[in-house]
Amino acid sequence: MFARNPSAIAGMLLLGAVLLVALGGPWVMGADPFEITAAPMTPPFSEDAFLGTDYLGRDVLATLVYGGRATLLVGAVAALLSVAIGITLGAMAGYYGGKVDAMLMRVTEFFQVLPALLFAMVVVTLFSPTLLTTTLAIGVVSWTGTARLTRAEFMKFRNLEFVRAEQAIGASHARIIWKVILPNALPPLIVSATLAIGSAILFEAGLSFLGLGDQNRMSWGLMIGASRQYVLSCWWAVAFPGAAIFVTVLAVSLIGDGLNDALNPKLRER
Amino acid sequence: MRALKRLVSRLAQGLTLVLAVVVLNFVLVHAAPGDPVETIAGASGGMDEKLQAELRAQYGLDRPLPVQLGIYLGKVLRGDLGYSYFFNLPVSGLIAERVPATLALVLTAVLAAFVMGTTLGVLSSRKPNGWLSQTINVLSLVGFAAPVFWLGMLLVILLASVFPVFPVSGMRGIESDGQGLRDVLDVLHHLVLPAFTLGLAYLAQYSRLSRAAMLDVLGADYIRTARAKGLSERVVLYKHALRNAVLPVVTVLGLQFGNVLAGAIVVETVFNWPGLGRLAYESVLRRDYPTILGVLLFSSVVVVVMNQLTDLCYRLIDPRIKAA
Repeated sequence: MFARNPSAIAGMLLLGAVLLVALGGPWVMGADPFEITAAPMTPPFSEDAFLGTDYLGRDVLATLVYGGRATLLVGAVAALLSVAIGITLGAMAGYYGGKVDAMLMRVTEFFQVLPALLFAMVVVTLFSPTLLTTTLAIGVVSWTGTARLTRAEFMKFRNLEFVRAEQAIGASHARIIWKVILPNALPPLIVSATLAIGSAILFEAGLSFLGLGDQNRMSWGLMIGASRQYVLSCWWAVAFPGAAIFVTVLAVSLIGDGLNDALNPKLRER
Repeated sequence: MRALKRLVSRLAQGLTLVLAVVVLNFVLVHAAPGDPVETIAGASGGMDEKLQAELRAQYGLDRPLPVQLGIYLGKVLRGDLGYSYFFNLPVSGLIAERVPATLALVLTAVLAAFVMGTTLGVLSSRKPNGWLSQTINVLSLVGFAAPVFWLGMLLVILLASVFPVFPVSGMRGIESDGQGLRDVLDVLHHLVLPAFTLGLAYLAQYSRLSRAAMLDVLGADYIRTARAKGLSERVVLYKHALRNAVLPVVTVLGLQFGNVLAGAIVVETVFNWPGLGRLAYESVLRRDYPTILGVLLFSSVVVVVMNQLTDLCYRLIDPRIKAA
């Protein structure tokens, strides 16, 4: 089903292209994205710089090629972290119910009320911005959606016969949660995880844009933020990195939508 | 009586949440490496140990952490949010000064997105495969995938530079005197681009949500009955079906308010809008702890209030929904 969905295929192709450039590009180019290669604010399609240079003279194309790594790395790992936390807490809340559920729901509510960007900004500033702190900060504030979803799924499955059968033959709670219920609850969680990657990438871009990402690693958000004051005379330094973010997140969303259609036929939006 | 009990329990719940947020951030801010006195020392070009110690004592930074927390909470309950390290002005004053700007931005963006989004959703639900529907699908993807700050800057290039229709940044023109109708119009003129940037993603999302809800509802039995009764299509749509279309939008709106505030931070930075978001950002850079904590507290309160309001609206729109 997924294989026949045109926009999902488009998404996969786009993502494949992005990954190829991000992972293989730096190896091919062998340049330093922070290096000043030409006159500042060279427009695109000139012979010195294919996509132009920014206000310092850094090559925009190099930015695109090298920036993908930081963005994608942080996006993927942060999403993984948030999904891991979300599934664990949601599974426990949904399965055990009662006091455990009430307490975990309080915690979830707390993290939901916490102003995410602001909190991440504070954390990153306090503990000095590196790829690690950025990833942790994003992961720690983004898990509530997955948790609620997991909890709902587990509550559905908890009372079904096959689960009760496992309990009757004495299976441990851990086994039931991880080996019995979770594989069945996976489809909506996979979709949620895909969307989480998109959100994490956008979050990272936002933090880098504000100058709160790792200043030593080139990322797309960093380039946009750095060129912010020169946007009127140097639009290419803003437009191209932004387009790169857009294309990546779009690709991930299309894949997520395709997975949603394939795995959740009942929830499909008409 | 039960309603009153519910109200009180909700208030208590909300307060606990806000308190927890404040405590967490206080602990974080004060337990992390580096402290404001060092920042101030750096900014003033150096400070000897004695002066640093004096400053620390003055700001109460040499007391043990729990004591500092207690003092802070006590002050907060009395409405005193401390003094900004950077401005040397009361934090509550700083916040109050900037709230109207952010409020104008956020309310305009969200209300416009809500009204236009629901309308578009309802309209497109009549022809689920028509061009309006397809446009909404595309807009939806774009709205979600495009970074807010990028969209904002593209809009600035397009509508403030290439076609100079709107101002590039700020809330008022330089020549404005801040009074009268002319000022209101000036602010509105400056408001368009930022509000549009902030609201676009939500516009797309609300259109999709309300369209899906309408499509769901329009197939229901009671709609068939209404039509069979001979009611005009307009009455069927607006009196009976619309409530259902609005419901998911209201839920999402209320629950996402935290995201809207986050978006406001970015949009205010891009457009130099003199609001709370920009204050928060600048304070983070300056390690102006009292201001950061004040803004965090304020935002959390707003989010909690919005959640409760959403619940209330929820039950007003759909009387079938009972207690929390």
